Amino acid sequence: MKIIVCLKQVPARDSVLRIDDAQAWVRETDLSFEINEPDTYALEEGLRLKEKHGGEVVVVCAGPARAASAIREALAKGADRGIHIEDEALARLDSFTTARALAAAIRAESFDLVLTGLQSDDLGFSQTGVILAELLGAPHATIIMEVQKMEGGIKVKRELEAGWFQYVEMPLPALLAIQSGINKVRYATLMGIKKAKTKELKRVTPAELGVDLKPRQIIRRVYAPQKSKQTQFLEGPPKEVAAKLLEKLKFEARVL
Amino acid sequence: MSILVVMEQQGGAWNKMSWEALAAGVELGKALDRPVAAALLGSETGLEALEAELAAYGVERVLSLRHSLLGEYTPDGYALALRQLIQRAGPLLVLLAHTYQARDFAPKLAASLDRAFISDVVGCRVDDGGPVFVRQLFQGKMNADVVFAGGPPYFVSVQAGAFRADRLEKGGAPAPIEHPSVSLDAAQIRTRPLERFQEAKRTVDLATAEIIVAVGRGIKDPANLPMVEKLAQALGAEVGASRPVCDSGWLPLERQVGSSGQTVAPKLYIALGISGAIQHLVGMKGSRTVVAVNKDSSAPIFEVADYGIVGSLFDIVPALTEAIQSSS
Ligand SMILES: Cc1cc2nc3c(=O)[nH]c(=O)nc-3n(C[C@H](O)[C@H](O)[C@H](O)COP(=O)(O)OP(=O)(O)OC[C@H]3O[C@@H](n4cnc5c(N)ncnc54)[C@H](O)[C@@H]3O)c2cc1C
Repeated sequence: MKIIVCLKQVPARDSVLRIDDAQAWVRETDLSFEINEPDTYALEEGLRLKEKHGGEVVVVCAGPARAASAIREALAKGADRGIHIEDEALARLDSFTTARALAAAIRAESFDLVLTGLQSDDLGFSQTGVILAELLGAPHATIIMEVQKMEGGIKVKRELEAGWFQYVEMPLPALLAIQSGINKVRYATLMGIKKAKTKELKRVTPAELGVDLKPRQIIRRVYAPQKSKQTQFLEGPPKEVAAKLLEKLKFEARVL
Repeated sequence: MSILVVMEQQGGAWNKMSWEALAAGVELGKALDRPVAAALLGSETGLEALEAELAAYGVERVLSLRHSLLGEYTPDGYALALRQLIQRAGPLLVLLAHTYQARDFAPKLAASLDRAFISDVVGCRVDDGGPVFVRQLFQGKMNADVVFAGGPPYFVSVQAGAFRADRLEKGGAPAPIEHPSVSLDAAQIRTRPLERFQEAKRTVDLATAEIIVAVGRGIKDPANLPMVEKLAQALGAEVGASRPVCDSGWLPLERQVGSSGQTVAPKLYIALGISGAIQHLVGMKGSRTVVAVNKDSSAPIFEVADYGIVGSLFDIVPALTEAIQSSS
């Protein structure tokens, strides 16, 4: 099976975010970055499928120069080679434009399966995978919690709302948007990190792929959300805060 | 050009979030001075009651797409049928609820028409004659105003709870119900959906719990869980969890609260080390009193909290347990 895994690099979880001067994004200079969490599950699933059925895992990432480290990490975990579609604008582009860039790079590969994460932790559109499927002309399914290879295709377990699931079958080539928690992700080993240095990491620009990055939607302004509820913040040393909270719950909210 | 709201039904029952999308459509219709049409999809029979119900809500018309291949949802079937409708009707705006199903087909539908889709919006307004949509970024830590760069139709989905379905009003004479033709061929539908099912039966019913102490990834390690269980015991509470905690196998899946877990409405919900992503909030925001303990003062959980403590749960939880034990 030839498997393409799409990765995005996003600000590390639990980052303290500050809005940039243009109020158009967050200040990236303050941040460290990591592979988007759902994408780490997509990568793991790709590696497991390859280990079981043979083949190749190719990692494709559309992102600024810094995103090369995300690809290196994926190579260290066991991906065979990487393609970096590099452009600074790709740090925060809408899903449609990003998917067009990814599709242009992936079309050149004769793939069996494309895996993406379900959504990104930064923009959170949850669209890139599905648009990519449309652009590649492949069937797809999203919120995937299990992948089985069958004769002539795959059978996947799709999560529905409120604890319901459904199996869906489809032929290959296909695209799956993977849900977090589908598997247990592995760590890169020292050996893997060493090996990654010798693996191919191809850089291409959107122009070389023949795609313009004209955005389809524009972020006008980024700002801190307004609170809808009046939160009473309780302050002080733990013991004091605990006593205050208990008072409030007993005599103000009357829930204890 | 009108506003088209695509409603979601499954086996003759609405997805309740669709009414919120309709409410958003009505609101935008007023602001933009446009009529609102509502569409639904399903098999050839059995949609009559839903059509009639929808027609009572003051929409301009109901567009019911019926086809034997639309009885069971598939992204191919839904995207193809709606594309035909949209190409004929030429709406300004297509609105959906941000359900799991909309996530699955709406990006494909919009892309097949070479159009952009602003998903999961929490608000909208009209500036200089054009719609501006508010979305969350970074899992709710930031908000952003977003606009479309190209031409219509514009595709938009609305987040659970962002628009008030209870503000919808039934109006005057029922709207006409139309059945636009749909041309679909079995060969165009490439995925084969099988039965829907639920995983093993639940042994805990969080929905009836009076008090829930819920724990998130802030707990860091399963070895730290007894601290939370002690607090729950002191309060006579059930333990709930965010998804990553269940995904990691630290607590069983049946304790998960949120859109893919249980929906709870206790009188007291204590969230420990939970950031407050929307998928968690939809499962617990019906709670009467919410307490949040989080070391990050900008965590979105505080937006729904009545009482907030900015600090480490490792300091607060033992102190709270002790205070409860010594007071009773
Ligand atoms: C389709 C879909 C369905 C989903 N369904 C669900 C669902 O049903 N339920 C659900 O919960 N999620 C669900 N999610 C996942 C959801 O988007 C979030 O990723 C998840 O809720 C985050 O869990 P968390 O808050 O525990 O973890 P994080 O977001 O990692 O937050 C951890 C929090 O702990 C805080 N923290 C860290 N250390 C400490 C400390 N020492 N003391 C106090 N605070 C600390 C941090 O500041 C942070 O706010 C779903 C996602 C998708 C896409």
